[in-house]
Amino acid sequence: MQADRILHPTEAGLYCPEGGFHIDPLRPVERALITHGHSDHARAGHGAVLATAQTLDIMRLRMGPDFAGTTQIADGPLRIGGVTVDFRPAGHVLGSSQISVTSGDCRIVVSGDYSRAPNPTCAPFEPVACDVFVTEATFGLPVFRFPGPATQVAKLIASMAEFPDRPHLIGAYALGKAQHVIALMREAGYDAPIAIHGALQAMCDYYRTQGVDLGVLVPATADQVTAQLVIAPPSAFASPWVQRFRDPVIGFASGWMAVRARARQRGVELPLVISDHVDWPALTATLTELSPSEVWVTHGAEEGVIRWCELAQIPARPLRLVGYEDEAE
Amino acid sequence: MKAFAALLERLAFTPSRNAKLQLLQHYLERIPDPDRGWALAALTGDLQLRTVTPSLLRGLAAERVDDQLLSLSYDFVGDLAETIALIWPDGAQNDPPLSQAVALLQGTGKAALPAAIAAMLDRLGPSERLAFLKLATGNLRIGVSARMARLALAGMGAPTVPELEEIWHGLTPPYAPLFGWIAGGVKPESAALAPFRPVMLSTPTDLAELSALEPTDFHAEWKWDGIRVQAVSDGGVRRLYSRTGEDISTAFPDVIAAMEFDGTVDGELLVRRDAEVAPFGDLQKRLNRKSVGKGLLTSHPAGLRLYDLLIWQGRDLRGLPLEERRAILDSADFGPRIDVSPLLDFANWDDLAALRADPPAAVIEGVMIKRRDSPYIAGRPRGPWFKWKRDPMVVDAVLLYAQRGHGKRSGFHSDFTFGLWDGADLVPVGKAYFGFTDAELRELDRFVRANTVERFGPVRQLAPKLVVEVAFEGLNRSTRHKSGVAMRFPRISRIRWDKPAAEADHLSTLEAML
Repeated sequence: MQADRILHPTEAGLYCPEGGFHIDPLRPVERALITHGHSDHARAGHGAVLATAQTLDIMRLRMGPDFAGTTQIADGPLRIGGVTVDFRPAGHVLGSSQISVTSGDCRIVVSGDYSRAPNPTCAPFEPVACDVFVTEATFGLPVFRFPGPATQVAKLIASMAEFPDRPHLIGAYALGKAQHVIALMREAGYDAPIAIHGALQAMCDYYRTQGVDLGVLVPATADQVTAQLVIAPPSAFASPWVQRFRDPVIGFASGWMAVRARARQRGVELPLVISDHVDWPALTATLTELSPSEVWVTHGAEEGVIRWCELAQIPARPLRLVGYEDEAE
Repeated sequence: MKAFAALLERLAFTPSRNAKLQLLQHYLERIPDPDRGWALAALTGDLQLRTVTPSLLRGLAAERVDDQLLSLSYDFVGDLAETIALIWPDGAQNDPPLSQAVALLQGTGKAALPAAIAAMLDRLGPSERLAFLKLATGNLRIGVSARMARLALAGMGAPTVPELEEIWHGLTPPYAPLFGWIAGGVKPESAALAPFRPVMLSTPTDLAELSALEPTDFHAEWKWDGIRVQAVSDGGVRRLYSRTGEDISTAFPDVIAAMEFDGTVDGELLVRRDAEVAPFGDLQKRLNRKSVGKGLLTSHPAGLRLYDLLIWQGRDLRGLPLEERRAILDSADFGPRIDVSPLLDFANWDDLAALRADPPAAVIEGVMIKRRDSPYIAGRPRGPWFKWKRDPMVVDAVLLYAQRGHGKRSGFHSDFTFGLWDGADLVPVGKAYFGFTDAELRELDRFVRANTVERFGPVRQLAPKLVVEVAFEGLNRSTRHKSGVAMRFPRISRIRWDKPAAEADHLSTLEAML
């Protein structure tokens, strides 16, 4: 098939021979197109990087100024070698994009990680008509139907009222999820100061420069943290940092919290089902909406998505790319 | 259903008992009758419902969802009820009350059941579907005991836990008269025969405290290592209760059959072979059973050893001094399987200390000391009754694994697995969660972080360096433990920073204590 000539999986990731670039490469390459700033998609050491201005800012923030030889801001369609590439919002985290690669009359859209749910911290997913749609399948099983985030925030607020003397420590990844949770709390009318772990400071500051309102944030590094709500990266819960809190309620904001066994493994008391990925209804609805002639599945529960495509009579295949984890979840 | 489902979910993830209690109490305060009563009965396991089989559920799901997607999902989720709750297509959610779900599961005939369950699932959201399916499969697994339920109820109004215990066994769900009483209405008359009476408990003591007391004011008896029970025979109805008022009659038909008396008696439940009292491990085989087979009844015969009377032949003796109750107890004839715990002969505390130090049987775990003039008072008053337990057994063990705690111990490694030497290897022999001070907890946590050699999820394997003195109350043989022995009530009594791991005890030392 023609599409295979435009993009195909290699050990370093999806490769476009006509354009001489990789998309979200898993190891250093000469030319890389990056969908978003999560560390399994955005790695250091590439010769040249093309990404949105926000993704480049985020990479610089996380990996330092010398993360790539040269960088270029993606802004509008761009001709690279024999193909045209374009970056369109993916609704996953700030700066996240789908990348469309067009050669002749064949267009492939690599969606990276994406979400269809409204998210106050980033631009919404923009459907792009295509011949091949490359989808993630992080939550590619019909058991994943995320409740509205407002219900989860209500659960958190109710718990804080039920246990007013217990600090609520919510685990959320530093890029995207932490700001998403804070913004959802603000949307729900919670306007008290929220304490954030030191590892979240730089990214929250950056989100603010991009016009995302996070309200009053205070550092959760002091010996005495007075804010009842504290957001921290999940890794912080294994460190002595937690010991400064008296009898905390530990929560975790992730799509995985929809499944009890996963929540138990984490040892959390308050699982919050808040995700920046598509759930099953959104994923299958996206496939129906775009109606591509073929679906490629990158990472996650590929079998579920492929079975759905089989039932919907859309040709589909797994790309079997190894190395994407779910940092964002 | 929404409130019930939210409560179940919260309880399932809440490790702290106090937090559970609070959640339960607030639920019961907020939710009207009869739903709160049904919820309470469901949580304590007192709700008799038709049980729905997994195959019926799977069949229902297969009608709505592609079989291959269902299998993939079940593999991932690992629990059938949860898989179906999550995968079931959303219908028009109108939050039916819990009582409707209960009525459905109580009153629907077998033929109509699948369609009725499907129709109910169509009306529920995902959390409520899970709550309903857990109810239907009889599998709540929330861990709310009847005792915790009574504590929550006692927090809601004037009736105290002992008062609630007293009427508990006459109540049936959804408990409208009970909630009426708590709200200030009339106390429900206990309709049940052979009710439980709240028991009198003792406080721990030592020689220093006893020295200030006059020995002749007290009775002393052996403290038997069985379980404290109340046996009630009332107008032909016989019941055996644990000291918290759980009815354990069905597990002990041999004891029930032997209760040829009319009254409420207080004593120790023991496994007895002829004159000899078997160790606690033998009794444990008889506990927590819904029914008991002939083989076990023959190999592990149970009996009672009594030490008090609450009610005797229609007369309430609880206001009388112990001495008078005891005289009546001594004059009664109980027949086989039931006898009276003998009084000990002592003139002063040193005599009693000597008896305590060298009891005639291994199943004696100390002495009980009771004021001769004490009436039978529910609860744990300090002063009339003492327990003077024998000193705990101790071994020096090596810390092998640690896990982080919850709640007040968040961030601290507070759950420890320790082991003893078996040749050149260290074999895990038990786990301990307490015994150390807060300051020691900090030191232990620091040790754990500095000496982790490997991590398995939340568990850290430690360099086998640190010796701790583990105190425990008894030992049983166990096939479930790799070491073959199980400790009772183990705790870390001292941290031996000074002692090299090579000098910790061997498994053979522990085996010799059996």
